[in-house]
Amino acid sequence: MVTLEHYLTLSAILFAIGTTGVFLRRNVITVLLSIEIMLNAANLSLVAFGRYWGAVDGQIIVFFVVTVAAAEAAVGLALVIALFRLRESLDPDAFTSLRW
Amino acid sequence: MGLELPVFYVFAAVAVAASALVIGQRSPIYSVMLLIVSFAALAGLYILLDAPFVAVIQIIIYAGAILVLFLFVVMLLNAPKEASGPRPRLAPGPRRAGVVLAAVFAGELVWAVWRTAMAHEPVTAGVPARAVESVHRIGQVLYTDYAFPFEVTSLLIIVAMVGAVVLAKRHV
Repeated sequence: MVTLEHYLTLSAILFAIGTTGVFLRRNVITVLLSIEIMLNAANLSLVAFGRYWGAVDGQIIVFFVVTVAAAEAAVGLALVIALFRLRESLDPDAFTSLRW
Repeated sequence: MGLELPVFYVFAAVAVAASALVIGQRSPIYSVMLLIVSFAALAGLYILLDAPFVAVIQIIIYAGAILVLFLFVVMLLNAPKEASGPRPRLAPGPRRAGVVLAAVFAGELVWAVWRTAMAHEPVTAGVPARAVESVHRIGQVLYTDYAFPFEVTSLLIIVAMVGAVVLAKRHV
């Protein structure tokens, strides 16, 4: 039988993959995609816990997470377009003018 | 019912492999395509968890809207492949801090899964599927208990919409 532990482990693996992507990739778009992977890992454990407790609240929070992800993608991609127009590059190391 | 475990492993393997390829990829367009594959596998897992509503949201909103927006931007910018040269080396101080933080993060993940003592029971054991799979029930709870967050969501979306227009426009 599939236990809650299976889902939590899968969720942890996906979250770790997303975190790795945020730190390793040198492309702003791929970094945003890695954040989407992390959001989905959280969604998976929410739904799994909701199934375990027999509550629909987990699925409703997933609904809110998806809304936030959509808003984040819209604003994030607008930023990417503005940055690309400014520097002709998608490398996060090119945008360091705010660095201390 | 004995089929549940193999199906879980197939979907989980597809999700993990596709996600790993997403971040192992230099060309952003392949990354987006592979992420669609990963999200489709996750939708399969949601079906397995008796959550058809979330599975459909996953396909329509995530794969259908958000990732298509990503694809649109990748094609619009004609995004170049990532530079493949060696990355600038970090100083030893930040390097050590990074190693420590990564170890703490991995430890936390393992601890969190380990701590869940109930995790050894089958996820579908306690409650019948009809308690969670009904969209009717989700709608009822969403418009009563979660009515305020639901309304705030509309505010969030309008702010994101205005923000995206303002940021991407050349002259405001």
